[in-house]
Order: sequence, then structure tokens, then C-alpha cells
Amino acid sequence: MTQKSEQQQELLTVNSGEAFQPFEWSVGKYGSKFLAEIRDNQKFIGIKCPKCGRVYVPPRKVCGRCYVEMDEFVPVSTEGEIGVCAIIQFGFIDPSTGHQEPVPYGYAFIKLDGADTFLPYYIDSTDPEKVKVGARVKAVFEEKRTGTMLDIKHFVLLD
Amino acid sequence: MGKRVAIVGFGQTYQRSSRKDVNGPELINEAVRAALEDAGLTIKDIDAIVIGNMDHFEGVNYVDSWSVEGSGGVMKPIFKLTTGGTTGSTVAMAGYYHVASGMFDRVLVIGWEKNSESDTTGAIVTAFNPVWERPRFGGAIAGLAVEASKYMHNYKVTERDGARVAVRERLHALNNPYTHLHQEWMKSMEIEQIVDLLITSEENQMLAYPLRMSDMCPRTDGAAAAIFASEDIAEKIAPKPAWVVSTHNRHNYALLGDIDWDSNDTLESASKAVFKDAGIKEPFKEIDVCELYLPYSYAGLKWMESIGFCGPGEGPKLVWDGHTDMDGELPVNPSGGVMSSNPIGATGLLRVGEGALQVMGKAGDRQVKGGDVKYAFTTGFGGCNWADVMLLGKKKPS
Repeated sequence: MTQKSEQQQELLTVNSGEAFQPFEWSVGKYGSKFLAEIRDNQKFIGIKCPKCGRVYVPPRKVCGRCYVEMDEFVPVSTEGEIGVCAIIQFGFIDPSTGHQEPVPYGYAFIKLDGADTFLPYYIDSTDPEKVKVGARVKAVFEEKRTGTMLDIKHFVLLD
Repeated sequence: MGKRVAIVGFGQTYQRSSRKDVNGPELINEAVRAALEDAGLTIKDIDAIVIGNMDHFEGVNYVDSWSVEGSGGVMKPIFKLTTGGTTGSTVAMAGYYHVASGMFDRVLVIGWEKNSESDTTGAIVTAFNPVWERPRFGGAIAGLAVEASKYMHNYKVTERDGARVAVRERLHALNNPYTHLHQEWMKSMEIEQIVDLLITSEENQMLAYPLRMSDMCPRTDGAAAAIFASEDIAEKIAPKPAWVVSTHNRHNYALLGDIDWDSNDTLESASKAVFKDAGIKEPFKEIDVCELYLPYSYAGLKWMESIGFCGPGEGPKLVWDGHTDMDGELPVNPSGGVMSSNPIGATGLLRVGEGALQVMGKAGDRQVKGGDVKYAFTTGFGGCNWADVMLLGKKKPS
């Protein structure tokens, strides 16, 4: 066998192919209530900490800061305001959904009226004059809803 | 508070966009050999190993096991740690804790990544919640773009300010033969010219306002290794070891939507704790050099304020006044930083190691303060809002 020189050394790679590993995640009681409320009633709910009073969206069992369990569900508006935002111009195929959102698209962390946390989601506008901190927005839901976050179509600006 | 610990050796590979000439263990082996040579030790001297990378970039779990030939860990105790962007600084903290416990004298710490082996977004997305966050994920870009735009909204910060940080990092990189990006074209231009060019060039793709390609870090293949030694033997191994003065870490994140975009609370809290331990009251004056984990340009403004080097909104002035350049009062990232090289699992360890080189006076062309460095301040930061801080010093802590 001929000895190849350093320069001629072939450097191969091996591909994984279309390997894919599926998962099925448990949402839990609190998150399930939230998703079911969207699916069935097109409404949002949060949960309130008995100690610090913070309202979490999506609702969850424990307030991390206080480390107490929560059980007080509260209604939260489908309207809110933009906390932070960006117009995304960089396209990518989302590896978990296979979806590629056409660029540009609006993206924001929205504080729904009544909530103390933000919800990151798409905004149906790419106008940097309008998609800005403090802008008022409202959720629009899909016609067909199945009990996932994708039941929220996007948020629209309220002028 | 446990035994006093010092870094007595550090090694790194050349960092490139793709190292097809090596597989994982081979890449790790390069860094380990470099660290051992730097310390004048052999693998037999090593009592334990801590190793980390971000699993999902290579898609092969249990690196602690399959890399033993590269790490030198055959029949040694090994812990694997993986914390995303902070992996490199986390393994450094763990190496420190191993030695500080008094149960290990010489611990080898390794951080590495072959980012070229997978799609970056695909790997990053696995760090986010599949029910709440992945369905409408904005990419790694979204989190950074919103932080930058809120910072600009709160203070009169401009695109030029962000670009000025990018220029500093890339100019510093020109002194570092190991780092990934060497933008030689910058050599022939004035800083102001480069800033203007970056914010007006059509080729400098806008990713999400205000972030352009030039504001972001690259994807890199690379590895780094450091050796932590106990106070009983550190000075016998290295004449000027880099003592670990203090280290702290903070987590505060369940979902992206929980983050307070006006501050960097984890970095602020960890930094305060470190300064308190060290008795440092005026960080800007008392720290000699920083190696900060800045994954994008605006972090080099806002996070200077979070750490406490200046007040809110004062980041841009600090940078424009030249204080963070090589000959400034507080040079930041003489190595070129994360924006010049980002082999994820190694990146945090590169900050600690480069800080150690500065204290040890071994940083070559990127050495600051004529080699007289009392304190080097290093940080790790991950895309999920946690922070590691490690302060290294010339003097053995009392």
C-alpha cells in the first residue's frame, strides 16, 4: 500500500442522514389548563403567587423566586403591550417545526394586561415605526386549534 | 473557604471554522498536550479531569467516556459538565472546586467544540422549552436583537456604539495567532473609518436591527485546557501562577419570557459577589484586564454597566474614550474575545485561560500592562441568561 503524504491525506466526513428522534413532552396540569383555555375559548390565563403577587404566563406550579406553590389562576387579557421587539431579517428553517418564516417578520416579547412575565411571539407587522417598545397589541387565534402554542396565529398592532 | 488554588498551565488549539483534520478526541488531545507542556507536567501528574462541550453540536453523548484517549483520562476520575455557552467557565469553576476541596492536587480542565459538525440553530434550539418556546423560536438572533434594541431605547445608544465594540474585538484578535477571525483589512484603517464602513456596507448583512453580521460571533472548532493546582504545589509548578481569588455563578431563568430585559441581573449579582470577596470597591480602577464573554457587540456596552465598571448608559463613553483598548485603563478581551472565536464548549475556558496568561505574563503580543497584572476579571455567559464570574490574581489570596 502506498504511503500518502500529508498533503494528499483525504479528510472524510460521515453524514447522519435524515436521522430524527421524536419526543412527547408532558405539559403538566398548569400548562394543560392554559393550552386548553386557548383551544376551547380563545382566552389566556395566568397564575398568581400568594407571596409576591407575581402573575406568571404561562401558568406553572412554583414561583421560582419565592419557591412556593401557586394555585390561584387569574384571567389575563388577550391584549397587551410590547416589552421588547425586533424585525427579524435572518431566515432559518426552524429545526423543531420544519417551518421557515418568510423574512422579514416582526418578533416581540409581549406583556399581556394582567401578567408580569412576557410571551415571545410573532407580530403581524414589519414596520419599525410601529413595532416598538410600548406598542399595544392583540392576539389573533387560528381557526383550527389543537392545544399547542401554535393555536395563537400572531399578535396584531392596535393603532 | 477551602484550599487556595492557582492555574499553573493553559493550552489551546488553533481555532478555525472547520477542523476536518481531527475528530473530537484528537482535537481535545491537542489542547491537553499544550496545557501539560505549558505547565511542564505529564498526564501522570493529573489527579482528575473535568470536561465539557455542548452535546448537541456534535450529537454524541458521554464525551467523558469516549474522549479518554484524547483527554488522557484512561482510568482517572472524570466529570462531564455541560451548561451551553458557559460550559468552558463552568468546567473551570468545577476544576477549582475539586482542588479547593483539598481532595485533588492537580486537576485538568477541558472545554471543546466542533461547531462545524452540525447546524448551529438546530443545536441551540434544544436548550429552549419545546412546549412554550420552540414553536415560535426567533433564533439566537432574536434574544440578542431585543436586548440591544431595548438598551438603545433606554439610553441614547447608536449603531456606531455597537460597531465600535466589534472593531475593538477584531483589532485585538490580530495579535492572537490562535483565534479564529483575523480581519487583516482592518489594519490599514482608522477606527472611525472602520465603524462607518461596518454600519453602511451593503455586504454587512442586517440580521435583525440593530444587529449585522459584524456584530455577531462566528461558529468555530477549537479546544482549550487548563491545569488547576493546590496551594501546596502551585508555585513549584509555575513561577507566577494565576490564583483564583473568587468565583461565583448565578442562574435566573425558567423561560425567555421571564427575563428582565433592562438589566443583566445574573451577571450583576455574580460580579458583586466576586468584588465583595476580593475587597474590590472600585472595579474600573482596581481590575487590570478583562476577558469577558461577549457574544455580540452591544453586550460590550450594556454588560460593562451590569458588572459595575461604569454607570447605566455609560458603556458607550467608556469604549469610545479608549479605556477598553489594549493601552487603556481597562483593556477588554486582548484575545479578541468571543466575537473573534466561538468554539462553544471551549469559549468560557478561553476567557479564564487568557485571563490566566495575562496574570502569568505569558500572553505574548496580546499581553497588557507590560506584564504587571494584579487582577484579571473573567466571565462566562450563556444564551439562557446565566453568568459565571472568575477573578484571577497575581498574589496568593490571604
